[in-house]
Amino acid sequence: MNPIMETSPAKPFVPSAAPAAKDRAVALSVRGLRAGYAGGANVLKGVSLDFRENEVTAIIGPSGCGKSTLIRCLNRMHEAIPGATCDGEILLGGRNALEIDPVLLRREVGMVFQRPNPFPTMSVFQNVAAGLVLNGERDRAKLAEVVEKSLRRAALWDEVKDKLDGPGVGLSGGQQQRLCIARALAVEPRILLMDEPCSALDPIATARIEELLVQIKDQLTVVIVTHNMQQAARVSARTAFMLMGELVEFGETQQMFTKPSDKRTEDYITGRFG
Amino acid sequence: MNGAIYARRRRVNAAMLTLTAACAVLSASVLLAILGYIAWKGASSLSWAFLTNLPKPVGEAGGGIANAIVGSAKVVGLAGLIGIPVGVASGVYLAEYGRRGRFAFCVRYAADVMNGVPSIVIGLFAYALIVMPMKRFSALSGSVALALIMIPIVLRNTEEFLRLVPGTIREAALALGVPRWKVVLFVMVPTAGRGILTAALLALARVAGETAPLIFTAFGNRFWDDGMLNPIATLPHAIYNYAISPYEDWHRQAWAAALILMLFVLAINVAARLWLRPSAGAAH
Amino acid sequence: MTTAAAPERSVPDARGAARVAGSRERAGDRLFRLLLTGAAGLILLAALALAWQLGSASRATWKAFGLSFLWTSTWDPVNEVFGALPFLYGTAASSALAMLIAVPLGVGSAVFLTELAPRRLAEALCFAIELLAAVPSVILGLMGVFLLIPAVRFVEPLLGAYLGFLPFFRGTPYGVGLLAAGLILALMILPYITTITREVLLTVPRPLKEGMYALGATRWEAVRGVSLPYARSGIFGAAFLALGRALGETMAVTMVIGNTPKISASLFDPAYSMAAVIANELAEAASDAHLSALIAIGFVLLVVTVVINGLARLMIYRLEKGA
Repeated sequence: MNPIMETSPAKPFVPSAAPAAKDRAVALSVRGLRAGYAGGANVLKGVSLDFRENEVTAIIGPSGCGKSTLIRCLNRMHEAIPGATCDGEILLGGRNALEIDPVLLRREVGMVFQRPNPFPTMSVFQNVAAGLVLNGERDRAKLAEVVEKSLRRAALWDEVKDKLDGPGVGLSGGQQQRLCIARALAVEPRILLMDEPCSALDPIATARIEELLVQIKDQLTVVIVTHNMQQAARVSARTAFMLMGELVEFGETQQMFTKPSDKRTEDYITGRFG
Repeated sequence: MNGAIYARRRRVNAAMLTLTAACAVLSASVLLAILGYIAWKGASSLSWAFLTNLPKPVGEAGGGIANAIVGSAKVVGLAGLIGIPVGVASGVYLAEYGRRGRFAFCVRYAADVMNGVPSIVIGLFAYALIVMPMKRFSALSGSVALALIMIPIVLRNTEEFLRLVPGTIREAALALGVPRWKVVLFVMVPTAGRGILTAALLALARVAGETAPLIFTAFGNRFWDDGMLNPIATLPHAIYNYAISPYEDWHRQAWAAALILMLFVLAINVAARLWLRPSAGAAH
Repeated sequence: MTTAAAPERSVPDARGAARVAGSRERAGDRLFRLLLTGAAGLILLAALALAWQLGSASRATWKAFGLSFLWTSTWDPVNEVFGALPFLYGTAASSALAMLIAVPLGVGSAVFLTELAPRRLAEALCFAIELLAAVPSVILGLMGVFLLIPAVRFVEPLLGAYLGFLPFFRGTPYGVGLLAAGLILALMILPYITTITREVLLTVPRPLKEGMYALGATRWEAVRGVSLPYARSGIFGAAFLALGRALGETMAVTMVIGNTPKISASLFDPAYSMAAVIANELAEAASDAHLSALIAIGFVLLVVTVVINGLARLMIYRLEKGA
């Protein structure tokens, strides 16, 4: 019996669909990442880990451990905050993401946020197409094709195909979040970062998003930050546990949740803190 | 509990309630009185001929204010063409790049000061800046004066409405790999669009009613204008000239013209307030 | 599971062109920011240019008369002797009268609208009062000429009969004059006082008021005991802002004040304000000296309004800080 089954009466432990394969290529490699905000001590104290292609990697940890900061450094969203700093290496295709043009980086590394944030003045269609249109794509046929494809990947097509011209904010919360996922997918990033994407949603909406993660990981790499351990266990092949700005343990999800190597990991997983 | 004292306190309360209510009702009814009176006096003199004829010399019937209406449209139009883009651009600057820093502070302060400068002083500035070197009155100088009045209004409102756009919208756009300037121009500004547009309309309505700065810039004209570099008639100025004249006929024309101006200003103000009501709060 | 293969790209693969495209985009950001900064700088420039222009165009007057320009009461364009005192007096007196009427009325209205009135009634009344602020000055002047002046001409003899022992209510009841100007100015600044005082009263924290109610206070007692003292500096600020507006009002004033550069204690007598004389005489200024004197008056008006508005904002700022 694994410790999760013993201590939390919730859902049974369902391992992720694709167990981690040892020979998968590395999509994104983080080396010695340090980050902080203006005037404060470092929030990230030197983190190194690899994210492998066609896998879902989860990052878990208690509030304030730096997991959101980490994920925001990966597509340099931290730069939107004045005074935020980030050093180290984030290797994507052999180049350091911290040194290339952030605009181009973000087309390769997309992000979905905690609260659904469709653009209020745009329709469903315009929302999904936004990334392409704002970067100069004008071909209506091409846009229609990409919009349909992205909405299908986000498991939203059937629900909105008759209201593509309706307002993006007119959908339910779960639908809006899938709309945001479709929007992020439309620019065809190699990596999709998800910052607690289900924390503002009800369980049914959450389940639908977890289902689509299992599908889309075959086409790209997913990194998901979550405070919900069961979710990490359900969707991810590998999990990273962070605590106070440091990476405590990183390994295959199945192994982390049944036989964690570090005592701190075990404490967190069994609910002794956090 | 002393009954007599309590009764007195209640009476004082009722008295003050009545007194303050009277203040408020009196203030509100002034507007209604003005509207009603203008409608009553102006409606009878209003006719299609009035709207399409040029002014006639004293004593001749059938004079109109066509040139004043067209003149106002031109002067206010040019003022808007200058003032709205500058005001919006400055507002965008302050919201996007001007959170801190001395330059932004000075700009905001200057805009606040300009907002409080009497319109006649702004007219003086336009006079010294344009009329004196050109050695003649012109519609252009009038437009510049009006634009200077519009800019602080549009600027302040643009900045406020942009700041109301949630930061998460901005993040979402940036995360799609869109350059910052496109994020601001094509996502943030349209999201704040309703408020900005309303502010621009209100500013236009405000300067459409301005007279003082135009007296010695646009100067007025009893005929069609000769281009923007020459004197031009405007509606409020025509009202003023007719009102202070000694001729009964011209007084009637003043009321009719006032009715037109009032309807225009009122329509924009009411529409703007109704349009803006559902969204978040607005600044003046 | 399938090994990773680069997915089909529907947007052009930017990697190869990263360096070129990157610099193009950063240039776009830079140009954008430059344009915006330019627009913002324009206002700063305009404000500075305004002060400088008026100062330099009026230099001749300051050189000829010095500061005594401010307390000389002769205004003689023909002989080129200029003194601004009559206009300073007219502006100050009409504005003071306007404040005396509009401040109590405005604060009273604001109190009613925020604290005492049922919401729907308050909304309707607010709407009407705010629209009053949008009425152009010349239209209020029109009402002044044809409605107010006859009314004042009717009332003045009565005032003279009952209050004639005061110097304010003596003299011939022309109708035009300081009384009419003060009344019409009061009408113009009333909406500002009401609106700003309303906003200020809305910042009074609910717990403070609730404390009073919990002690059994009546609505008025809560207003008088808590709301008004708390908002006091904000109300002063509102009054000063309204004063700033009153000082610069031109059209309505010039249509009813009589346009005579005379200083007299009586409200019945005609007078002249700074804004009015500029409006009336600038377009046909008799000489360079005349022009310079008028611009000098404009400069004084500028300084006075900027100072008053600055004080007003300081007071409102102090209210917000205390909040």
